Amino acid sequence: MAGLTGTRIRPWRGVVLAGAGLYFLVPLAASVIFTVDVPGQGVTFDAYGQILKAEGFTSSLLLSLELAAATIAVVLLLMVPAMVALRLSAPRLRPLVEVICSLPLVVPPIALVAGVSSVLRWGPEHLASTPFFQTFVAIQNPAFPVVLVLTYVVMALPFVFRALDAGLRAVDVRTLVEAARSCGANWPAALIRVVLPNLRGALLNASFLTLALVLGEFTVAQLLGFQPFAVWIVTVSGSQAQLSVAVSVLSLLVTWLLLLVLAAVGGRRPTSSASRK
Amino acid sequence: MTDTSPAPVADAVTVASSGATVEFRALRRSFGTTTALDGLDLTVRPGELVALLGPSGCGKTTALRMLAGFEHPDSGQVLVDGEDVTKTPAHRRDAGMVFQSYSLFPHLSAADNVAFGLRMRKVGAAERRSRAAELLELVGLPDHGDRYPHQLSGGQQQRVALARALALRPRVLLLDEPLSALDAKVRTTLREEIRRLQRELGITTLFVTHDQEEALSMADRVAVMNAGRMEQCAAPAELYDRPATAFVAEFVGTNSRLPGRLTDGGLVEVLGRRLPAQGDVPAGTEVDVLVRPEAVRVDADPTGDARVVATAFLGAVTRVTVRLADGTSVKADLASSEAAALPPGATVTVSLPDRPVLVTARAV
Ligand SMILES: Nc1ncnc2c1ncn2[C@@H]1O[C@H](COP(=O)(O)OP(=O)(O)O)[C@@H](O)[C@H]1O
Ligand SMILES: [Mg+2]
Repeated sequence: MAGLTGTRIRPWRGVVLAGAGLYFLVPLAASVIFTVDVPGQGVTFDAYGQILKAEGFTSSLLLSLELAAATIAVVLLLMVPAMVALRLSAPRLRPLVEVICSLPLVVPPIALVAGVSSVLRWGPEHLASTPFFQTFVAIQNPAFPVVLVLTYVVMALPFVFRALDAGLRAVDVRTLVEAARSCGANWPAALIRVVLPNLRGALLNASFLTLALVLGEFTVAQLLGFQPFAVWIVTVSGSQAQLSVAVSVLSLLVTWLLLLVLAAVGGRRPTSSASRK
Repeated sequence: MTDTSPAPVADAVTVASSGATVEFRALRRSFGTTTALDGLDLTVRPGELVALLGPSGCGKTTALRMLAGFEHPDSGQVLVDGEDVTKTPAHRRDAGMVFQSYSLFPHLSAADNVAFGLRMRKVGAAERRSRAAELLELVGLPDHGDRYPHQLSGGQQQRVALARALALRPRVLLLDEPLSALDAKVRTTLREEIRRLQRELGITTLFVTHDQEEALSMADRVAVMNAGRMEQCAAPAELYDRPATAFVAEFVGTNSRLPGRLTDGGLVEVLGRRLPAQGDVPAGTEVDVLVRPEAVRVDADPTGDARVVATAFLGAVTRVTVRLADGTSVKADLASSEAAALPPGATVTVSLPDRPVLVTARAV
């Protein structure tokens, strides 16, 4: 029975795969060809050369990477202990937390920015010299806009929640923690030595999604007046068609490369220390 | 994959821990409206294996978790060697635990699992390695140190879990239905091995189970629990022969209920005889008498008013079910050779030996 269905399905698999592949690869290939094939000059990589030389390439890319790293760190530090605690001591609150964490999905970024900027503008004059006001200024430092990290943390919540939730469902956290504690591990040790290593996949997924989100985010950064990579791409390529497409191809490659690096770093096989020679 | 046979406990000395006395004093614990423990008292002597036996939901796991430090009583105390540990956090309780579900750390090899506690105690790598190897040998898995939990069978995983629980030379060993997820054959082998190890190490052990056979075959004493309380704690033979309450009698072993009448002088009239009633006697005169199948005699008798309705061959004995004239059914275990003469439909007489019997309130 199963074999019969299997053989019947197999050719369809190929068709679907080819269809999906074409859907992704054709536009991509077209973009690449468009950027390297200049009419009258043949194949040239000038467009890519221009990007690398354009002002702000390195700084905006670095800013985006810093923002991504900071966002990942903050969102995981916030969510991992919260989700583990939720799972262990108040599993019935999960639906509530799920709804709260999903809110950023239903609030459009544009509305989020409107809220953020009106908060940032708020503040009576006489508070101008207080630490309160100075904090407001500091988090808008264009060299490293903390306010973006905070906003991105909120925007990443739905993805991080789902990734961690799936990871926590796959392991029996309570028993693992209790086993660790009966082996003499205190709470932090149980969390770091036992829970986190078994959430490796979930942590990796959460980081992936957050990284992709931060690298591609345009609306919030643009409207608040900062210039990470996505904003820079739009600014620099403005009127030059070939350059703008080259920049998109490049940003795609950069994102892929980073995801690969993350996978390589996070996906190593667990090592065994007691049996290590 | 089969479970390899165990190595002799040559290195027992290096693992041996002095057994501790464990005492539960009037433990109470409620979860919302459920009362899990309702004043539990129990003393476990040094080096003793006590099985906590009872139906599902009677509070066995809760009691064990209180000794492990994962659960805290609303009132009452837990004492280990006379010291009140009720408020001691779990990681300083000095109790090794084996869980019902597979609880090995999936990201660590068997050896690293066993060495985990030693690592927490900052024991050096070389010593960790040799201790882990020693413990794995003790539980019969000397060549499995490099395997990860998913590469081990259920029985092997529980062996590793046992080695892990023993690694820190705990004062108490806690086992919460460690065999319930395993198949029958592995279960029997492993329970014998746990018992052997426990004896050789002399470690005070609390073993939770809902399986009476497991409890009776392994334990020095069996503590029967019901609805958060202790019904009786006694050696297996005593528990079986002289159950203190009707609950214990019904929970441990098989019984038939026969209608009886209480008469003067603590006697109970049953099957036409007057026998002394044992233990607490319920109010009222109409009672049920509990009898073990091996205590019931069945004899072929063409004039008898009882009839054999079913027989089940159990090996050396055959369990014969007899229907009395009043419709009560009685189970009797007879030697299989004897039972061969009593096919279903045969008319028989049923009798009881002249011994005290346990009576309980009449079932409705
Ligand atoms: N964490 C808990 N929350 C709510 N109820 C619980 C909890 N732990 C145990 N109980 C309840 O307490 C009673 C005893 O449970 P338990 O000790 O696990 O029983 P056993 O191990 O004998 O089957 C059960 O009715 C169970 O539902
Ligand atoms: Mg239980």
